[in-house]
Amino acid sequence: MHYHSPTSVEDAVKVLAAQSGDCRILAGGTDLLVRMRSGLAEPDAILDIKRIDGMRSITREEGGFRVGAAVSGTEMAEHAALVAAWPGVVEATGLIGSTQIQGRATMAGNLCNASPAADSVPAMVAAGAVAQVAGPNGVRDIPVAQIPTGPGKTSLGPGEFVTSIFLPARPDRASDAYLRFIPRTEMDIAVVGCGVSITLDASGTCTEARVALGAVAPTVIEVPEAATALVGTPLDDPALSALSAACSAAASPISDKRGTVEFRTHVAGVLARRAAVIAKTRAGAA
Amino acid sequence: MSKIHVTTTINGDPTEFLCEADETLLDVLRDRLGLTGSKEGCGTGDCGACSVTVGGRLVCSCLMLGAEAEGQEIGTIEGMAEGESLHPLQKKFIEHAALQCGICTPGLLVAAKSLLEHNPDPTEEETRYWLAGNLCRCTGYDKIIRAVMDAGKDMREAS
Ligand SMILES: Cc1cc2nc3c(=O)[nH]c(=O)nc-3n(C[C@H](O)[C@H](O)[C@H](O)COP(=O)(O)OP(=O)(O)OC[C@H]3O[C@@H](n4cnc5c(N)ncnc54)[C@H](O)[C@@H]3O)c2cc1C
Ligand code: FES
Ligand code: FES
Repeated sequence: MHYHSPTSVEDAVKVLAAQSGDCRILAGGTDLLVRMRSGLAEPDAILDIKRIDGMRSITREEGGFRVGAAVSGTEMAEHAALVAAWPGVVEATGLIGSTQIQGRATMAGNLCNASPAADSVPAMVAAGAVAQVAGPNGVRDIPVAQIPTGPGKTSLGPGEFVTSIFLPARPDRASDAYLRFIPRTEMDIAVVGCGVSITLDASGTCTEARVALGAVAPTVIEVPEAATALVGTPLDDPALSALSAACSAAASPISDKRGTVEFRTHVAGVLARRAAVIAKTRAGAA
Repeated sequence: MSKIHVTTTINGDPTEFLCEADETLLDVLRDRLGLTGSKEGCGTGDCGACSVTVGGRLVCSCLMLGAEAEGQEIGTIEGMAEGESLHPLQKKFIEHAALQCGICTPGLLVAAKSLLEHNPDPTEEETRYWLAGNLCRCTGYDKIIRAVMDAGKDMREAS
């Protein structure tokens, strides 16, 4: 196996283009090294993105935040302005693994690993996050929701990799939240996850919403019907009930040792309601 | 295939080693550098027995490649005591009988030291969350938590 650690995006793209075998991107390695150890991945080469310029920084851009693809969960949680603007995205990323895992795991790695239960992904989708992708044909921006295409599969082309995740600017009275259900309090895979992002007007009426669910379909899914249930309402009880119903209706989970179809379907609605209430409070509703 | 030459700092000492591209930092520490304090409990990030710090951040050395250590500052359990004098956490682990077989102990000590550096006065809940990635199959955790809380108290009083 070969180990590459280029220092610029251009060099990384060149290295990737020159590969004939299986070359994997290494960010925090908390998925990749586990897969290599179990023999599920046997790459011919690894391209470590952590030394590439800009990959480890969080920068302001057009009122939003550009989070480099190698920024760890811990680094996100230490960035006060990011936490203030996107608390749901930061708390979702903060749920990944232990303190040790947090020191390495990235949002981009969580996204590209393409697990249906990936914790940061519903929060990113609810946030309307956009991934920046570099490859042989240059740089392109693509909504995060369009990256995973199935368990372990992404829409990234040969030689492409994610260089950053962009979280857009937020108006006043806007916030987000992420909740997951696991049978314990730490170190487990989401049975269901739900991200909700909302914007309120001065009177407390919801003007914009986005809702996404994890672990209830082959990929994280956005639920437009759930957003429709919230927009135009003060997020009162009838609206929250409609949100719950829309999320349960959108869920098409499988049964496994972590939960049955019935349980996951129900919990999707419960978590959506609770996450919406948290987002509402954070947005400063009376 | 040629090995990778890595220059790094371990417990303050400039260190060089050669490793294969797919070798973990844990394997390098144990098998190439003779630093066998870090243990392998699982090799998959679940148990924390392999905990080290990299640039001041707590990580699992089983989930990091040796090659990634280039230019980094690594801290392991071997750097915890100063000569013959044990770190307050080590003393408190003995005092509270916070270990039995000892396999989890190096990782727990490194993780607890990192906690107290980030948060010198943690609550019990914060301590339990911080250490949730360190598994112990012997003690039942209570004695470990008490030892860490007690060490934190002594260290605050001493500073
Ligand atoms: C003990 C433990 C507990 C965990 N708990 C959770 C949890 O609670 N919730 C959860 O969601 N996950 C969990 N995980 C899984 C993992 O930690 C996360 O998915 C993490 O976010 C992966 O990020 P990484 O940077 O470590 O990815 P890596 O392992 O570096 O990469 C993951 C995959 O994505 C690819 N990749 C990485 N970065 C890019 C990029 N920029 N462009 C293109 N491809 C890329 C890699 O090639 C690889 O296939 C856990 C893992 C462990 C070991
Ligand atoms: S050996 Fe690294 S976490 Fe278990
Ligand atoms: S003392 Fe045996 S595993 Fe902790």
